[in-house]
Parts: sequence; C-alpha cells; structure tokens
Amino acid sequence: MFGLNRRDTRFLLIVIALTLLTPFILQPFPEGSALAQFNAGYPDLMQRIAIFGIFAIGFNILFGLTGYLSFGHAAFLGVGSYAVVWMYKLLDYNVLPGLVLAIVTSGLFALAIGYLSLRRSGIYFSILTLAFAQMSFNLAYSVLTPITNGETGLQVYTSDPQILLGENEPNVPHLFGLAMNESYKLELGGWVFTFNVGYYFTAVIAILAFYLSLRIFRSPFGMMLRAVKSNQTRLHYTGVNPRPYTLAAFVISGMYAGLAGGLLAAMDPLAGAERMQWTESGAVVIMTILGGAGTLMGPVLGAGFIKYLEKIFSKINENILEGWFAFLPEGMREVVVWVLSRFTGEGWALTLGLMFMLVVIFLPGGLMEGGRRIAALFRRRPETGKDDSAPGGAPAE
Amino acid sequence: MSKSNFTRRGLLRTGAAAGAGLAMPTIFTGAAWSGSHGGFTNAPTGSTVTLGFNVPQSGPYADEGADELRAYMLAVEHLNGEGDGGMLNTFSSKTLDGTGILGKKVEYVTGDTQTKSDAARASARSMIEKDGAIMITGGSSSGVAVAVQGLCQEAGIIFMAGLTHSNDTTGKDRKANGFRHFFNSYMSGAALAPVLAKAYGTDRKAYHLTADYNWGYTTEEAIRAATEAMGWETVNTVKTPLTQTDFSSYIAPVLQSDADVLVLNHYGGNMVNSLTNAVQFGLRDRIVNGKQFEIVVPLYSRLMAKGAGANVKGIFGSTNWHWSLQDEGSKAFVKSFGTKYGFPPSQAAHTCYVQTLLYADAVQRAGSFNPCAVVEALEGFEFDGLGNGPTLYRADDHQCFKDVLVVKGKENPSSEFDLLEIVEITPVEQVTYPPDHPQFAGGDLGTCNPGA
Repeated sequence: MFGLNRRDTRFLLIVIALTLLTPFILQPFPEGSALAQFNAGYPDLMQRIAIFGIFAIGFNILFGLTGYLSFGHAAFLGVGSYAVVWMYKLLDYNVLPGLVLAIVTSGLFALAIGYLSLRRSGIYFSILTLAFAQMSFNLAYSVLTPITNGETGLQVYTSDPQILLGENEPNVPHLFGLAMNESYKLELGGWVFTFNVGYYFTAVIAILAFYLSLRIFRSPFGMMLRAVKSNQTRLHYTGVNPRPYTLAAFVISGMYAGLAGGLLAAMDPLAGAERMQWTESGAVVIMTILGGAGTLMGPVLGAGFIKYLEKIFSKINENILEGWFAFLPEGMREVVVWVLSRFTGEGWALTLGLMFMLVVIFLPGGLMEGGRRIAALFRRRPETGKDDSAPGGAPAE
Repeated sequence: MSKSNFTRRGLLRTGAAAGAGLAMPTIFTGAAWSGSHGGFTNAPTGSTVTLGFNVPQSGPYADEGADELRAYMLAVEHLNGEGDGGMLNTFSSKTLDGTGILGKKVEYVTGDTQTKSDAARASARSMIEKDGAIMITGGSSSGVAVAVQGLCQEAGIIFMAGLTHSNDTTGKDRKANGFRHFFNSYMSGAALAPVLAKAYGTDRKAYHLTADYNWGYTTEEAIRAATEAMGWETVNTVKTPLTQTDFSSYIAPVLQSDADVLVLNHYGGNMVNSLTNAVQFGLRDRIVNGKQFEIVVPLYSRLMAKGAGANVKGIFGSTNWHWSLQDEGSKAFVKSFGTKYGFPPSQAAHTCYVQTLLYADAVQRAGSFNPCAVVEALEGFEFDGLGNGPTLYRADDHQCFKDVLVVKGKENPSSEFDLLEIVEITPVEQVTYPPDHPQFAGGDLGTCNPGA
C-alpha cells in the first residue's frame, strides 16, 4: 500500500498507530498517584515531541543519508516560525498560509546557505553552516528587530492589519475555525487522557513527513545520497556530480526544519530569536545520534526522549525528592537528595549528557541499536548485521 | 533515475487514508481549554490551589531566579499560616488570614525560564496544562515577562510579573491578564535625572553604552529623555551585544570623545563587566572639560553591586526597593526572610513576594479565582504596608505607581550586603506619567480572558 512493500507498510501502520495513541501511551499512571509526576500526556509536550520529531526526521535525510553534519538547522526552524507569525499579523490566525510560507522561505534560505556551504565537506561544511546560523541568530536578535522584534520575540498585536480576520474568528491559531488549543479530556477511572486538536494536527503532518522520508529512503534518490556518504570520491571518478543531490537533500531537510518551526508557531503564536541559536542546532544533532542516525524511527525516538527529559526531569525539584526519600534517616536522606538533585531539576542536562555519552560509547547505532540488540536476545539467533539501506530490507528501524 | 509506481487502486487507497487522517481532529470540536469546571481555566476544585513560579534557574540571571524562588516559598508559607506572617501583618488590606486563599491551601510548582522567551513559555504552558496552575508569576527579564504575559492572556491565566523593568511590559505589550509591581525605565529616568543634575550639574555630556535588546532600548530612551530635559547633551549611544563579557573595545572610544558622563544601560553580568572595565580604564580619575568624569547605572541591584565589588562606590542608580528601608513592611519582610535564609532579600525577591500577596488578596476580596474577577479587584487598587509606601495599581495599564529609590554605591560598606545607600526617595508624583505617554504608546490592554 502507498507505494511501499509489505514490511514497510506494516512499519508505517505501526508508526501511525503509535502516533495517534500517544495521549494514552504518555499517560501511563493514574492522576493523583505518586507516579503521576512522570506522566507526559499534556498538549504542550505531545506537540513538541511530534514537532521535534519532524525536525529530526528532516535532519536525518541530510545527516543520516549523506553524512553531511549541519550545525545550522536551527536557522531554518527560526525562519519557519517568523514566517507563520508574520502571516498571523498580516492575514489572520489560520495556520495554513503561514505553514506554506514557512516551507517556501526556509527552502529558499536552505538553497542559499546550502549552495555556499556545500562547496566544502566534513568539518568545514559543519563550521560554515554553524557560522550562517549564528549570523541569522544575531541578525534576528538585534539588527533585524523591526522584522523579528528582537529579544522580546515576534507576537501578534491587536493593532496588526490581519486583513482576513472575520467577525467570529477565534483569536488563537486555528485551522478553518478549529482552534489549536482546544482539548477534550477523557476521564477513565483514575486516568485522565487529553486529546488536543493541535497535537492531532501536528501528528497528521508528522505522519505525512515520516511517509515522505520513508519514500526518500527507499527511492533511487536515497540510494544516491547513500553513495555520497559511503564514497564521494568514487562518485566523482565515475562521472557523477554529487553536488545537485546533496543540495537537494539539504534543501529538503531545511524545508522539514522550516515546517517544524512553523508548527511551533502554529501551536504557540510567538517566534523568538533563541530558536535560531546554535544550542537548538546542537539539540537536533543529539536527537538524531541518540536515536540512531540513518534509521527512520531513531530520530523521532531521540526527539521524544530528549523532550521528555527536558520537561519532566527538569520538574523534579528538591522538595519532590525529599518527599520520595522521606523514609531514609535524616543524614542519609540529605546526601541522597543532594546527589540526585544534581541530576534532576535544572541538572537535567547533566543526565542527558551522561546518557548521550553512554549511548555513543556502547551503542553507536543509538537507541535503535539498543532495541535491535534486545530483540536479537529474545530471538536467540545471531544478528546478521543486515543493513537497512537495501530497499525492501528489514525495516529494523 | 526514478521509479514510479502509481496505480489507480494505490491512489484511491492513499486518498482515503489521508482523508480519514485529516478528518480525525474534527471529532474533538467543541471542547475547550482543558475542559475545566467553573467557567475559567484551571478552576481549583479540591482543597488546594496551585500557583506556578516560573523563574530563571539557569543562564545569566540564575542568582536572581534563586532569590525569587526563596521569596515565593516564603510567601506560600505565610499564606498558609506558617512562619511569622511577614508582610501579612503590615499589609493595609486585612483579608488574608493565614488559611490559604479562599480557604484552599496554597501549593506551587516551579519551572525554569532559562531567560529565553521560548523556554519560559514552554515551562509556563506545562504548568498550566499539566499541573493546573491558576496563576503564573516570576521572571527576571522583560523579554520573558512580555512573552509569558502574552501566553497567559491567551490561556486565561493571571500573570503577576516578577523583575521586569522595560517600559514595554506595561506599555506597548500590556495585557489585561498581566500585572506589574516593579518600576520601569521611565520611572528610573524621572527619578534619577534631578539627582544627577544636582550632583553633577546641568551642562554634562553623556555617552551611553546600551545592552542590545528591548530593555536596553527603552532604558536608554528614558534616561536620554529625562537628562536632556535637564540640559544634558547626549554625545553618542552605542549598542553592545548581550553576550559580551569584555567591554574594553567599547570603553576605549569613550576616552576619545569629549563626554564627561558614561551611562551604562546594562543589567546583571553585563553591568558588572562593563563597570569593571570602565574603572580599569581609569575613567573615574579623568577630568574632562574641567569636570570630574562620572558613571551612572540606571538600574541597580544588590546582587550586581556585589559582583562589581569596590567599583560601585559613589555610583548613582535607581532601584525598586532596598532591604535597608525602615518602614514597618520592609522591616517585617527582611526579618522573616533573614530568619529563614540567613541573609537579606534582594529587590527581585521583594517584588515577587509582594506580587504573590497582592494576587492572593485580590482573589480573597473578589471571592473568586476567576481571572476577570481578580483583574477587577486589582485594577485601581490602593494599598500600603508592602515596603514601598502608598501604592496604586493603575487600571489603565496595570502598572504599580509608588516611590522610587535613588541609590549610590556605599563608600564604606559594613558588610557584604550593605553595598548601597539610599540617596533620595523620589515621591510617586514625580515619576507618574499619563497612560498614553509616547514611551508607552501603541499598547492595548484588551479585555480580560477567563479561558475556558
């Protein structure tokens, strides 16, 4: 189905099911229980996981397939956000025109930056993209303040033109009247599940983005990109010019990033310059590597994992830890709480750093490799080391 | 090069699946924000009420964030009837009796703004959506305050701003659901200018170094307008990147100019570094145009004075509140803060503590947590006993109007906290401006939003 073979179709269907059931999956503990702290099924986080999933899927098309490590993808994320907020300001709160503009402008940006940066490869390419992104950030932060509203961030004012704004139109981002922040709460026993319009909107787009990336992975174009990664010199000798292919991959992944940035602004109508900072570019690299670069599902897993750590772990402050370890004797409790509080709350990044190091050292293939190894253990037969690059190969991702 | 495998059947199937996917969200039409009870977002149903404290726990203002959080925890203690009650005893409104808010025990959640608007909004959203916070407060930067204020307006939550000094928070970016107790750039200018004119004369030439972001711009504008009205001349204004740590290259040109006053529109670490550089360059020993060279820092805080050490001696600036004030409210607050934490509170801690009390009192007086009722109770509210003398929450822009302190770096500090001395308490009349003043123009409060 969908131009895929059987195994890929099954894989896609599993991804669709997982995406649509996220409100259940991320809410495993009943409300009011001690473990409710670890529930993550609230709209903001679910939306973010889906959006950064799209961002990482796009990044993976460039990094996973061609091996070109871009440190500047946050620039496209920011461009996408600004495009959407400008459409709110000029037209109305409907998200569609903005998202289209976000994809187009980020594509143009990627074309310009890619055209210049792809003249070099390896570390020089990374540094060039980093430089361009940092330039965009600084421009957005100060010089371009009339367009970006600088540090405060671009937002919509009642004095903006909004020429298409109708009489009864909601004044929050919406899709033809369907407000993104509307939610329906389902109470089942002790559990509360939140179904949010914005989440399902991003989820549908994420599935489409995933499907597109699946097709690219399995296409002759994807094959070509893998050839660039494995031996570019050889391609040159055989008379193939890899530049158009890498540029195409760069632009596609830039458009994915622009779409993700646009969706961020579609869920929350504000665009801040920090979105363009190099830390955001670094985050998507970490997501991709943590999940498994070059695999289809890995980057999405990595994105979900990091966002979960960032939002849930960072909420565990010393008070909560004190509560957990109340059963320990005084002196010991203080020690335990002190040690753990370095790794939770504002120390969540330390936990992430440790996880990242462990994964890179022991699981070079990321979380996906971990999953595969565990699966292999249960199957009780040696892993054949099959590469998923073969079209129609095992969708081990 | 490419392989096409479109078939009629494949296309139909794909189309049907895509259609089903697109139709999916429409199932949920009609239900609104978190489907809560009581007609407004996160109406508290149990025996507790949750407040959201959104402060910088990492980044350049982490010190201030930590102090804000201490103040919030103290305020919660006092609201719940623990501790010595602090300013509840001196507050002119007597509705708070230590039984929580409207009989509900106060609980809180914390979040990290990272001093980034994006992160701050994400953190506030998770407090609203996951933890059911009824009010969000805190922050140590105007960018964050404006961003979170906008979010709260959309979500139907009250926002009580923490430390934010930019004119825009209650000017261009004012919102009906947002309230600011802290003073602003205009007030700093209006309070400082007369003191500067008296101390340094009216024929001075000023050179501005300004942090390159929103707060820097409005502060530069306010100080310029106020000092030029006194007869000063502005020689040059230079913007410096927020991330700058070495200001030598910005100080050197000051030596070449004929300016005899340097105004540092910097805050936090920026100010500590630029002031240190300026002193190292010997600016304070210079004689220009037959006059002693002077440095001015529009917004001062004790934490900054501590960072800059001996360099702050004799330098003028303004502040919202200082722990050495001798009114009953300030004394009560310093006492209970000092008893709990062992050192005096900063101005950031003070404004956050007061904002929490003001919110709780407004709910109590309104008899409801409904944001619109709270807005009505706070608008035009006059109070006293919270450390700044008689204060008015103006209805037109939700800005507090109160006396402003002009301070000076102390020549002989007696302790590591005793770094500033109060030069003048500028009366509120002198810093009051009309709501449509040019520096605040373009804003629109809109109407209060109760959310669901």
